[in-house]
Amino acid sequence: MTYHKKKILVVFFCFAAVILGLIGRLAYLMLAESGYYSEKALDLHERERDIKAARGRILDANGVVLADNQSVCTISVIHSQIEEPEEVIRVLSKELGISEEKVRQRVEKVSSMERIKTNVPKETGDAIREYGLSGVKVDEDFKRYYPYGTLASKVLGFTGSDNQGIIGLEVEYEEVLKGTDGKILTLTDARGIELSDAGESRLSPVPGNDLCISLDRNIQEYAEQAAEKVMEQKQADAVSILLMNPQNGEIYACVNVPEFDLNDPFTLPVDDSAMSEEEKQDALNQMWRNGSINDTYEPGSTFKIITMAAGLEEGVVSENDSFHCPGYIIVEDRRIRCHKVGGHGSENFVQGAMNSCNPVFITVGLRLGVENYYKYFKRFGLMEKTGIDLPGEASTIMHQKEAMGLVELATVSFGQSFQITPIQLAATVSSLVNGGRRVTPHFGVQVQNREGELVEVLEYPEGEQIVSEETSRRVAAILEQVVDDGSGRNAKIEGYHIGGKTATSETLPRSANRYISSFLGFAPAENPTVLGICVIHNPQGTYYGGTIAAPVIREIFENVLPYLGIERDEILPEQTG
Amino acid sequence: MGRKKGSIDITLLIVVIILVLFGLVTLLSTSAYNGQVKFDDPAYYFKKQLFAAALGFAAMYVISRMDYHILERWAFPVYLVSLALSGLVLVVGDSINGSKRWLSFGPLSFQPSEFAKLAVILVLARTISRKSGKKQGILELFRILILVLPIVGLVGSNNLSTAVIILGIAVILVFISNPRYLPFLGLMALGVGFIAVFLGMESYRLERLAIWRDPESYEKGFQTIQGLYAIGSGGLFGNGLGESIQKLGFVPEAQNDMIFSIICEELGLVGAGILILVFLLLIWRFMVSAEHAQDLFGSLISAGVMAHIAIQVILNVAVVTNTIPNTGITLPFVSYGGTSFLFLLSEMGLVLSVSRWQK
Repeated sequence: MTYHKKKILVVFFCFAAVILGLIGRLAYLMLAESGYYSEKALDLHERERDIKAARGRILDANGVVLADNQSVCTISVIHSQIEEPEEVIRVLSKELGISEEKVRQRVEKVSSMERIKTNVPKETGDAIREYGLSGVKVDEDFKRYYPYGTLASKVLGFTGSDNQGIIGLEVEYEEVLKGTDGKILTLTDARGIELSDAGESRLSPVPGNDLCISLDRNIQEYAEQAAEKVMEQKQADAVSILLMNPQNGEIYACVNVPEFDLNDPFTLPVDDSAMSEEEKQDALNQMWRNGSINDTYEPGSTFKIITMAAGLEEGVVSENDSFHCPGYIIVEDRRIRCHKVGGHGSENFVQGAMNSCNPVFITVGLRLGVENYYKYFKRFGLMEKTGIDLPGEASTIMHQKEAMGLVELATVSFGQSFQITPIQLAATVSSLVNGGRRVTPHFGVQVQNREGELVEVLEYPEGEQIVSEETSRRVAAILEQVVDDGSGRNAKIEGYHIGGKTATSETLPRSANRYISSFLGFAPAENPTVLGICVIHNPQGTYYGGTIAAPVIREIFENVLPYLGIERDEILPEQTG
Repeated sequence: MGRKKGSIDITLLIVVIILVLFGLVTLLSTSAYNGQVKFDDPAYYFKKQLFAAALGFAAMYVISRMDYHILERWAFPVYLVSLALSGLVLVVGDSINGSKRWLSFGPLSFQPSEFAKLAVILVLARTISRKSGKKQGILELFRILILVLPIVGLVGSNNLSTAVIILGIAVILVFISNPRYLPFLGLMALGVGFIAVFLGMESYRLERLAIWRDPESYEKGFQTIQGLYAIGSGGLFGNGLGESIQKLGFVPEAQNDMIFSIICEELGLVGAGILILVFLLLIWRFMVSAEHAQDLFGSLISAGVMAHIAIQVILNVAVVTNTIPNTGITLPFVSYGGTSFLFLLSEMGLVLSVSRWQK
């Protein structure tokens, strides 16, 4: 019997050895390899869900909300949880208005989570939730909403499907507005069902900050109406109106009619069924363009303000200098006509400005010379962008200094043969009449949080002194004369000191007989706090800026000046009647 | 006969009770999710297991009170019944998960292959103890092994893993019965050669080898990989009892063969190591019982039970840790399975009975 016992002992020790070996194996897996396997397991168990941060709002100068958020829903399906696929397909197709095939494709796709539709109105989402279908997920989300629809559409811009800015202030101030998305990390079982008792790690979303802009809804709305009215009356292609504070560059209104509906930015005003995708995109881009900032034009006579300021600053001309206009002027071998065929005859500089006499300004330009003119063009900031806080600002198109002969100098002197943006003209003239400091036109004023506490005051570069205060005062005074009793008289409002300049330019090719009529005005002339520019593209019939654009600015000023608290002078007896 | 009956092995009894209680708690925790999902009752598996445990304790008690010597007479009839049942299940058995392994008696179902293990231990113990002292040639070894071949064949036709366990028990008992070592080395070589040929015959068996070496690259390695995830997630101290996530459908049928991986995830290396050591303690008590048995019959019964439990624990842990290729072997006292539970406790009864009749 002894060998039996011995062998039983042998067997036992063999087993014990193997068992201890397995404990070793286990230790290897659970200590050395633990990190690798537990990470893989966690990957398998964790499901991450984003919680979208609410986007900051855009508030106008008075705190009126111009861009807001609306609760919408995102509908998704979780493949492994769907119990009645046919019912799910039927309901989702019916409620969301998507074809059954499309829904089927997503429902039958084997994935952890498949998105069916985003930006679904809250009511529809609630209705779908009511069905209580397992495997269908309704997540609430935010969608951008613009209470005033088309108001300042090209300034505000809109957001895309992921709530990111696409054009306008929405993209320029993306970082301010977007906030930080939160996250929910949940553990799920093998079917993807969240474990209620597992506890979730949650990273709360940080809502975006509100952007306060200088744009004033009332002024913008009024200017939009005025622009639409003149566009309709003159059957023009487009009308841009800019109103800004020349002292600090804050923009009160920026109108570019036709505007578009910010709540439906992908619908063209024309039938697009025949368009290719590319044509459609081009048309949309065209529709979204902010003409005041993204497009350049030949400014025409409004640019004489620049020639005037340069001439006065350089001392090559003064108010009482005498000129004679025979209706043209010869520069080198070229005969450049004045708009008044018979000529203005004898006139001093102020009268020349009032008459918008081309030979007078050509003469001033020639007195300055290419070198000096170019120097002032640059010093006034015309070669650079204004730095406005909107994307896509167009650059000035100007002659190379080396390529600029006297003829080019002559044409530039009265605003032809080069192109700038309306915002550039407005900003430059603002700087010339505000005491001579260059301003940066802008919308953004400050950033505040949802509770209204100030987060950041938006700063713009301190403007350089581009002309002396003296020159600035003189320019403003001459321009006041232009409105008082010159070509800009249609902008005159009794009791206000308004300075301004008209312009009529012919677009290229000249043979097309297409015009751009414009007027730039500011008030009060001595210390302007409002500067407005109205640009009418391709008006039919009468196309003189003084005739059709000046009244638009007058009408706006009539309402806006009192609104902004600029008092009328007491009307003296001799001025009435 | 030597000394009359003494008291039973208390240490063994306590270890068994600890294992049974631990097994029941673990099973409830592990199977609750699957029970909820499949039967809308988190305690579904637990209740059945509890019933089997009650039955098993009754059987253990009765058998432990019994004089095991009377089983010498019953060994062959029991073996024949086992053979009959194993044959019957091939004809009228129920399939669960694609294998015809169960016989139904009304609401109860019965797995003949579990019964077969007990029967083989009894019949070999009797045969070997009877032939003790006669010639011990190599032929005698094969004659004894041939005795169990019918049941190995019947069980192996639909449950290869259990057949391997039965064969393992038989080889160990024969090894103990013979004073020589060398023939067993030959037998082992023969076994290894046989396995090689067996694997080479069918390509899917080779695939199993490939999955074993790199489970992450094969879809069929899913169960293995999920088990490894569970084990690796455990770390030193585990995530706490009941805190496994892998049991929530990731490890398929977590309450069955892979339950040890969930124990690792919840109790860590420390908990799982202690469990294995408790098994080792159990096996040690079997060894002690076999060493001190009154006669060779009793000694071989204890040795057979030791072989049974040891082989199953080793193979189960080896499979779950992917130390050997995947094959379905349950962990004694812990994995779900009523028949297994019932007969394991019956075997404990046998060993307890043997322990009462010590020299």
